[in-house]
Amino acid sequence: MTELWDGFLQALQLIVSFDREVMEIAGRSLWIAATSCTIAMLICLPLGCLIHFRSFPGKRLLISVIQTLYSIPTVLIGLLVFLFISNAGPLGGLGLLFSPAAIIIGQVILISPIMLGLIISALSGVDKMVTETALSLGATRVQAAIVSVREVRYAIVTALIMGFGRAISEIGIALIVGGNIAGYSRTITTAISLETQRGNLELAIALGIILVFIALVINIGLHWLQRK
Amino acid sequence: MALIRVVNVGQEYGGKYVLKGVDLEIESGEVFALIGPTGAGKTTLIRLLNLLETPACGQVYFDGVDVTRSERQRLKARRRMAYVQQKPIVFKMNVFGNVACGLKWRKVRKEVVRSKVDNALEMVGMLDYTKRDARTLSGGEMQRVAIARALVTDPEVLLLDEPTANLDPVSVSKVEEVLEKIIGQKTMTVLMATHDMPQGQRFADRIGVMINGEMTQIGSPNEVFCSPQNREVAELVGVENVIAGVITVKEDELVTIEVNGNSIQAISELPLGEKVHVLIRPEDITFTPARNVSSARNMFDGEIIRMTQVGQLVRIEVDCGIPLLGVLTMVSAQELGLTIGIRLYASFKVTAIHVIKRRD
Repeated sequence: MTELWDGFLQALQLIVSFDREVMEIAGRSLWIAATSCTIAMLICLPLGCLIHFRSFPGKRLLISVIQTLYSIPTVLIGLLVFLFISNAGPLGGLGLLFSPAAIIIGQVILISPIMLGLIISALSGVDKMVTETALSLGATRVQAAIVSVREVRYAIVTALIMGFGRAISEIGIALIVGGNIAGYSRTITTAISLETQRGNLELAIALGIILVFIALVINIGLHWLQRK
Repeated sequence: MALIRVVNVGQEYGGKYVLKGVDLEIESGEVFALIGPTGAGKTTLIRLLNLLETPACGQVYFDGVDVTRSERQRLKARRRMAYVQQKPIVFKMNVFGNVACGLKWRKVRKEVVRSKVDNALEMVGMLDYTKRDARTLSGGEMQRVAIARALVTDPEVLLLDEPTANLDPVSVSKVEEVLEKIIGQKTMTVLMATHDMPQGQRFADRIGVMINGEMTQIGSPNEVFCSPQNREVAELVGVENVIAGVITVKEDELVTIEVNGNSIQAISELPLGEKVHVLIRPEDITFTPARNVSSARNMFDGEIIRMTQVGQLVRIEVDCGIPLLGVLTMVSAQELGLTIGIRLYASFKVTAIHVIKRRD
């Protein structure tokens, strides 16, 4: 118990003193997750609109598949991405293995179903008459879709935050395709895993506190949006 | 050339036809009212004219161009129209944003947007509400914002779907005031669906009657209200005396129609022996306590079997061998001392009767 308490105090010291290593790992985790979220949103928003506004055979099945993929294990995505970008894989020539870019690719795959599902679900809550009113007022199909998106903008931000939360807290992808290389591809979760194994508990706890703090901020943000 | 032309248009939902073989031409600058009971297909027709739906069959022409299926043509045509729905939808933004959106989609310059939105809001009496969240407005206010939003783009055609349905009387009169202004300016073609008959009669140059997805009759308000083409139209436009009979005597256009042993004289071009319906509006029947000298050729005595008060009017049902329903003001009914069971005379002129062929 004393060890845990000492570790906690030392961790706080590392945070308040802006320890270079802690800040570097936290900063990298944040920008990797933020980049993954941005890319995923750029893909999922138009794709979600397309799926929602278009009628096509198998639409319901597709939505079910998307929802099933919410809980896909991160290690499975890590393995899949590894197979593609490893030297023997079809994209091996790009030299992406064990790089932040590889983690971003994996995280985009991980969070896209969540974002896509939440966007489709939010759009299906918009009254059909909103789109029709926009069309009747002379909007193009795209302009009318933007009106619907505006109507559920808070729900879409919620999807973004949920995606961010999932991305920053995952470990399987970062470990398999990121390689946990110090100063290059080490993230909060891989660092916690490594430092715990090394017995360097204060650093692991400091990073854990930062991760919990990020989760807390995300939750406060979600609650605030849900009240809108 | 008609601004809007609809040729043999039909629409179906889930295999059920809600619109059948509708033909319609609306001239530029015309005010056309669509009347009909709920579910008659008025909204579907308006949605087809606004090109929000593609018809199952037939063609829609706008300004001579077939706009039935080409998406590009449909957008071009739709941008020359504006549609005010029965239940107005406002976007999650303030009143200004709601009214401005049509202009923004047309890429109108910001300064122009500001002045046009202000003008439109002023016209509907909502200029003080510019910054209000549109979702917090009352039903009547929302409808006025929806009208401003439609007017701001200076449409050539204004489509109104039951613009005063579900509104309280004060809001109805405010919306009607706005409609009167718009129609009075005579700058746009207006097509208005309504089941408020006086509203249709008051605003329209022509009226189309829709029943069960079909355009049953098109004509001037006077033609539709005074000379309905069939029993359904007659009942819809408030002709409550629909009496079945047979033409037994014909002298030129003056005919005598036998109804349950009584004779009604009317003017009709229908031939001798024809089975007909005699249509008489309740307000065309005069009640007197005694047989008096009158120019009315038809006079029957009977007993009051029912009296119903409707606002300041009293509906009186009299059994004269022929069931007749008339209306009187409360004051007249009191002056005549009318009560259930008393006998009186009901008279109506030959010219007040409309005779139509019976389709039994």
